[in-house]
Amino acid sequence: MVMQMLTQAVGRLVRACVLCAALGSGTAVAQTVETKSIDEMVQVLAIGDFTAKIEATQVLATTGDPRLVPILQALLDNNLYARKSDNLVVIGKEQGGTLAITDPLTEKQLGAAAPADFERARLNNRLRTVLQTALGALQLAHPDPARRKASADALFKTPSLEMVEPLKIALAHESNGSARKALVKALAATELQFTDQPEAKRAAVVTLGAFADPDIRAFLNSRISGINEAAPAEQQELKAAMIAAVAEIERRVATWQMFGNVLQGISLGSVLLLAAIGLAITFGVMGVINMAHGEMVMLGAYTTYAVQLAFREYLPGGLDYALLVAIPAAFAVSGLVGIAIERGIIRWLYGRPLETLLATWGLSLILQQAVRSAFGPTNMQVTSPSWMSGAIELTGGVVLTYNRIWIVVFALLVFGLLIFIQRRTQFGLQMRAVTQNRRMARSMGIRSGWVDALTFGLGSGVAGMAGVALSQIDNVSPNLGQGYIVDSFMVVVFGGVGNLWGTLVGAFGLGIVNKFLEPYAGAVLGKILVLVAIVLFIQWRPRGLFALKGRAVEA
Amino acid sequence: MTKLLNWARAAAVAAGALAGAACAGPALAQAVTPIKIGVLHSLSGTMAISETTLKDTMLMLVDDLNKKGGLLGRPVQAVVVDPASDWPLFAEKARELLAQQKVDVVFGNWTSVSRKSVLPVFEELNGLLFYPVQYEGEESSRNVFYTGAAPNQQAIPAVEYLMGADGGSAKRFVLLGTDYVYPRTTNKILRAFLNSKGVADADILENYTPFGHSDWQTIVSQVKQFASAGKKTAVISTINGDANVPFYKELANQGIKATDIPVVAFSVGEEEIAGLDAAPLVGHLAAWNYFMSVDTPENKAFIAKWHAFIGNTKRTTNDPMEAHYIGFNMWVQAVKQAGSTNVDAVRQAMYGQKFKNLTGGVAVMNTNHHLSKPVMIGEIQANGQFDIVWKTPGVVVGDAWSDFIPESKPLVADWTYPWVCGNCATPKFAN
Repeated sequence: MVMQMLTQAVGRLVRACVLCAALGSGTAVAQTVETKSIDEMVQVLAIGDFTAKIEATQVLATTGDPRLVPILQALLDNNLYARKSDNLVVIGKEQGGTLAITDPLTEKQLGAAAPADFERARLNNRLRTVLQTALGALQLAHPDPARRKASADALFKTPSLEMVEPLKIALAHESNGSARKALVKALAATELQFTDQPEAKRAAVVTLGAFADPDIRAFLNSRISGINEAAPAEQQELKAAMIAAVAEIERRVATWQMFGNVLQGISLGSVLLLAAIGLAITFGVMGVINMAHGEMVMLGAYTTYAVQLAFREYLPGGLDYALLVAIPAAFAVSGLVGIAIERGIIRWLYGRPLETLLATWGLSLILQQAVRSAFGPTNMQVTSPSWMSGAIELTGGVVLTYNRIWIVVFALLVFGLLIFIQRRTQFGLQMRAVTQNRRMARSMGIRSGWVDALTFGLGSGVAGMAGVALSQIDNVSPNLGQGYIVDSFMVVVFGGVGNLWGTLVGAFGLGIVNKFLEPYAGAVLGKILVLVAIVLFIQWRPRGLFALKGRAVEA
Repeated sequence: MTKLLNWARAAAVAAGALAGAACAGPALAQAVTPIKIGVLHSLSGTMAISETTLKDTMLMLVDDLNKKGGLLGRPVQAVVVDPASDWPLFAEKARELLAQQKVDVVFGNWTSVSRKSVLPVFEELNGLLFYPVQYEGEESSRNVFYTGAAPNQQAIPAVEYLMGADGGSAKRFVLLGTDYVYPRTTNKILRAFLNSKGVADADILENYTPFGHSDWQTIVSQVKQFASAGKKTAVISTINGDANVPFYKELANQGIKATDIPVVAFSVGEEEIAGLDAAPLVGHLAAWNYFMSVDTPENKAFIAKWHAFIGNTKRTTNDPMEAHYIGFNMWVQAVKQAGSTNVDAVRQAMYGQKFKNLTGGVAVMNTNHHLSKPVMIGEIQANGQFDIVWKTPGVVVGDAWSDFIPESKPLVADWTYPWVCGNCATPKFAN
């Protein structure tokens, strides 16, 4: 039913739009409609230059022919090809080195072909916009609500007079919430721009003003700048209404933006927390200045890469879950390397912080170069699983990306786990005993050497797990760890050495402060300001936010 | 493996030289002494990601030349050093190459800050440096040949494209850059250019981030805010190195499509894109003088040679590699023409030197030490390659001093008589 009404509407549009195309691009186009068949137009889509393709798309869209949807979609998705020998136009899908081709109009399978025999149709951003608008007009009644929303969004971006009726019909039948919202936006924008009834225009401004959406602000601003001083009073009135609407949107967007800053701060804080929490154990609890901490993170990221590679080779279907396997694998790899470092180097240097610092710094260079030799200097591609790609779009232009949300959750889980180990397990008890009073712990029968090694292994393993998370938002390169080492020490020192809760508060505090400073001071100056603030803070409270109290600290 | 082979080859050459000296006396030994070529690229540290490939390119070119019988009847030997992305170390290593290793020419550097660091060394010791990367201009040294693009061969045409109909008729610009000399100078030129085209300062947003910046949330949402003022907005990115990957990831995740806010980058090539999932980035742009996807016989042969040399058919080629390819071959021609590797003789022979570039045209070395090259704009594709959407009809002559900065507009770089000068307003009439 909807489909029928829409087809009728689009049919009316054909006649209207042939005229508009003729007006828009000169009479030549109108003639081509009569003289050129659809086949010839499709030919142009595949091998014409950009201007010809744009004209062909605009003309084809006016036919309202549903057979065109797959062709236009194929062109938009880079799947339209022309055979080099005879310019035969096909829709092609690359499958393991061959091209599975289908006829664009009949959708008949034509078998497989060698990609080298075909030339892919090229497109640029201007053509893409035209294609999206054309598909928007053709797909307003698509069964998939996401497609309908995309269509409405495309029509909002390039409103045209002919779409008023189809949009109204589509809106009357739309039941999906987000698609409905998009349709309301598109219809209001179209009416504001094209109708000549003042009441409809005013109503459209009111409708648009109710959204807290930067895109609408952009649209209204462009309309406002179109009305100059000399325009009649009626227009001026409309302009004033639009200015008021923009101010209202701006006020709401600003509030949302504030909220967005806090969210971004929490997200940055969770990254800092992940990077620093391993250090909170090795440096905070054990007192070892481990300059190779960043490299433990880097090893974790490379383990993620290796696990993904293995999945791609042996279990391509489970690639989405490779990350879940990578978490324990990264913990094991970095943890074991950590234990080896503790047993091999650090245990000979306890109580000599300067030597530890130099030795671990040298070690960090060795690890970096070793990874560079083994994997090469270029960045490794770690793909994001589908459940981590994309974003939730909140009102006011605030975007919450899934990968950041998962990282916040992951950071809190790791933190909870560490607190549990430290407070509730035998090993945690021994760990605290050894770090508080080594001799007493030894006299109680604790093998302090092993506890040292395991504690260092735990800190390093947690750093490896941080590497899994960082592989999703940063480069997997040998330098990965270097970017985080300074920030990690900052968080631990600020939060209070030896206190995991301090690390939590320190990480989120620094993250949020950083994100509030960044829009005003810029990224470079923002970082400097935070650093200066921490230096001053340490002067005032040398032991950080949450200092350990008691005799153990003084000893 | 290739490294081993090269070692073996170097050893064989050395052994040959020794043997020659032993049995035939100094005269013949002279004849087989290899010609030394310095390769000054970081093999460790933050720039290793980009520069290691250029080192391998040089080894491939040298290898190729030796297979063809060397130069002036002598074998050619590459002397590789590692300045480790440490700018002052670049100067030390350059001195080592010129003073101790006595190399005849050096191919190297990536960042402008490293080039500024070696410049005094090359001028003091009268060395010859071929610099293969696009840069900010405002420099012309007698001892450097700039085979990468000057701003008028990359930045200006790219902005003109964005302002044109095909680029989306952009009216508002965000200039994002890494905080060092190249982005700041380029953006100074771009701001002057945009102003001259009637773009007000209120429509330009400049933002700088440190090397290796990884949290782009705030900046990307700032760009979105800036774009919502009702005018078509485009981003011009001079972000360098590692920071690009998280930047593009954030763009993709926040759903910024190329049709809404196109990003044109000057330091992102095939190599950088290889490290990420390009599907959400389709349509974002880069401006270069070469793309791997260019379909010419020369380029196909070059890619095949590169894959055979590196032993991996997945490796990409990029613009600075082509710059080294052109620079090295021009130097070889100039040495043949001069009949010597003497720096002064080779420099004179370099002017007007022509060599076929990989994109189907001819590169010419001009007397301002910059090349004439075509300018292309490519769109990122889902497979990590670039589709060329725009190309200059002919080649563009590299301009050392930008016409858009008032101080540098009257300056001329010309190293032929009677100018003999890199930054003069009038001829010098001196030696």
